[in-house]
Amino acid sequence: MSDERGPEPPAGPALSADAALDGAPATPAARLAAYVRAGGAIVPVLTALLAFLAGGLVLLVTGHDPIGTYRAILDGTGLSWVLPWTSGDDRTTAALNLQQTLIITTPLILTGLAVAFAFRAGLFNIGGQGQYLIGSFVAVWVGSSLPTLPGVVHIVLAVVLGALAGGAWAAIAGVLKATVGANEVISTIMLNYIAIWIGAFLFGLGGPLQSNTQLSVPVSNDVVETAKLPVFWGDPQLQGLHVGLFIALAALIVFWVILNRSTTGYEVRAVGLNPEAARYGGMNVGRNYVLVMALCGLFAGLAGAVDVLGWQFRIATNDIPASKIGFLGIAVALLGRNTAVGTLAAALLFGALVSGTSQRNLDPAVFEPELASNLTFIIQGLVVLVVSAEVLVLALLRAGRRLVPWRSRSSP
Amino acid sequence: MTPRRIGWAGVALGVLAWFIALPPLLVRTPVPSLVIAVAAIGAGVWALRCGAKRLGWGAIAVGVVGAVGAVASTRSGVTNLEDVVVWSALIAAMLRFATPLTFAALGGIVSERSGVVNIGLEGMMLMGAFFGIYGADLTGSWLLGLLIGMGAGGALGLVHAAFSIHLRADQIVSGTAINLLALGITGYVFLSHYGAEGTSDDVPRAPDVTLPLISDVAFIGPAIGRANLLTWMALIGVAGLAVFLFKTPRGLRLRAVGESPRAAATVGVSVIRTRYLAVVTSGVLAAMGGAYLSIGFLGSFNQEMTAGRGFIALAAVIFGNWRPGGALAAALLFGFSSALAQRLPAFSESTATLFQALPYVLTLIAVAGVIGRSRPPAAVGQPYVKE
Repeated sequence: MSDERGPEPPAGPALSADAALDGAPATPAARLAAYVRAGGAIVPVLTALLAFLAGGLVLLVTGHDPIGTYRAILDGTGLSWVLPWTSGDDRTTAALNLQQTLIITTPLILTGLAVAFAFRAGLFNIGGQGQYLIGSFVAVWVGSSLPTLPGVVHIVLAVVLGALAGGAWAAIAGVLKATVGANEVISTIMLNYIAIWIGAFLFGLGGPLQSNTQLSVPVSNDVVETAKLPVFWGDPQLQGLHVGLFIALAALIVFWVILNRSTTGYEVRAVGLNPEAARYGGMNVGRNYVLVMALCGLFAGLAGAVDVLGWQFRIATNDIPASKIGFLGIAVALLGRNTAVGTLAAALLFGALVSGTSQRNLDPAVFEPELASNLTFIIQGLVVLVVSAEVLVLALLRAGRRLVPWRSRSSP
Repeated sequence: MTPRRIGWAGVALGVLAWFIALPPLLVRTPVPSLVIAVAAIGAGVWALRCGAKRLGWGAIAVGVVGAVGAVASTRSGVTNLEDVVVWSALIAAMLRFATPLTFAALGGIVSERSGVVNIGLEGMMLMGAFFGIYGADLTGSWLLGLLIGMGAGGALGLVHAAFSIHLRADQIVSGTAINLLALGITGYVFLSHYGAEGTSDDVPRAPDVTLPLISDVAFIGPAIGRANLLTWMALIGVAGLAVFLFKTPRGLRLRAVGESPRAAATVGVSVIRTRYLAVVTSGVLAAMGGAYLSIGFLGSFNQEMTAGRGFIALAAVIFGNWRPGGALAAALLFGFSSALAQRLPAFSESTATLFQALPYVLTLIAVAGVIGRSRPPAAVGQPYVKE
């Protein structure tokens, strides 16, 4: 355990906002990671509020009713289902919508973890999208072949192989970083686009994994019935909620345990805070980079596998470049302060935002869904922008503290 | 003979090995090609042993590719080859594909040379693409449209500058935000103004330049005789930026700020001001690349029309080692692979698709440093704090 290696690095809530600014952490990603973990839950809440306010302003300026629109989006998320007084038809609709929200939240948790784990190790994983795609390619391949395999074995095999493929894909960036010092930001961006084109090749016309039955459509074979993840809430015919949600929740726990209760996690955090010090302390920094990236890829690959086996069941080449789940993981991790609980909350927020503005859930009479999905991008962009500016939010926070005299600075 | 010359000779021989097996020469036996390819590889090895590492490996790689390509060409049908390999059309297409990449890569160089990472190039291009055509549609003039697009890109550059310079934001995260914002803003305004019908067909476009004497000459005419005005502007921009960066005092200051901001500040250069100017310029240049897509080439806009070109431009910056000439060479190479991918379906649809991944794979190899490391400006990505 970590005791053998001396005192814990100053991570977690103990790290004050000021310490994050004066910053010991050596790498930019670690500096950012330390900052986003400072200041408690207030900073992300403020950030999100700010972004939604600005989004409302956009609506107002373009001649829409911000309150009515946000209300319609909120209805589209189905979150009213949790309120006990929602009843009758409203409750049925809310349940359907909430299932959609949680279906999107599931991969967002996982791609969020893929980014968050890297951040804690002082690495930037922009490659969540590529790892997600590779995971989904392998999962759809395994899930659509081997039809004689028993259901449970088939599902486990597809999920595990998808996750491993994502891990291997991400490990390329880790190995390049560890051996030749290649910047992981650049290499993961390149790997994203290589993954996109691999997908276009595999499932495109004449590609090796293109559908056997629809020869003129660039689409994969369908996942066989027995390899689909079971639906535990709602009607499987109407895209009910699949058990992938539990896989994502389990991943959250695994993330927390690895990071906070294992030697590996201790090393990961130590390397993230200061790679030189960690190296001096006898840790193998290079090995850590590979390990961290592989684990990140594992999470993202899992997201791809769960999406394909849970509700998409096939991959069409048109959808590959349009997919944004992996990129959104960056926003999820940043807003969630790279913690397990934060990632869950942020994934739920963004999941709700995506499903609340989707064609299926948003009432077109109030606001055009296509317009709304672009509003979503604006809000997400603003969230990331505000999160990026540590000085801005911390200054706001300090100003706020000065305005509230009875809650004067609690930390040094 | 310097090792570099030998290396370049090797590269040229490797290209020649494949070239003679293609139209118009169409040598139908592989033997001459193989002899030339072996010479290319030999030159590569020689250059390698004399210390020109990158060029040496480059020549060997080109030699191998040339040999494989030549053998493959001699085995495939003449009609197929003549369909795919129409040099003048390929070169014209290469220039079309390379133009937006070149503009955005120039923007990337300006920004990164000043020490600010700009992965928001994609978003800035998208702003230029939409607001370029939007402006052209509103004002009825492609030039005003171009200027409006450039302004929109510059505005987004200003946001990136303010966050990454003044607020000391992490530049990667800020760039990611820029990309998301641009996606949302352009999509939102596009849909609320044009709806599902899209932009109209009669939007004024940047004109093609018909070169007087040249446009009727065989081969050269179809290749470069009718290129778009913006393509020529991109090429002029490359030369201009190269002169600015390496031959003028201001360029020296810009590079100094990116290599060692503290040292630059000590001798009286304003790091903050230089970086602001550089990042805004970067946005303007990237937007010109985007505007080429909408008002130069296609004459229409669709959501997310840049489709990752900003990231290919970033790849061109790195592959070209943060030099305008290098970035142009990379953009032309990437443009050529796109042009080839566009024509290859005559052979095989799926192989053509794989070709599109080439820029990214090459860049991955370049950052891995297998063929000589690409070296970024020393202070890139680090926020500057005044003392």
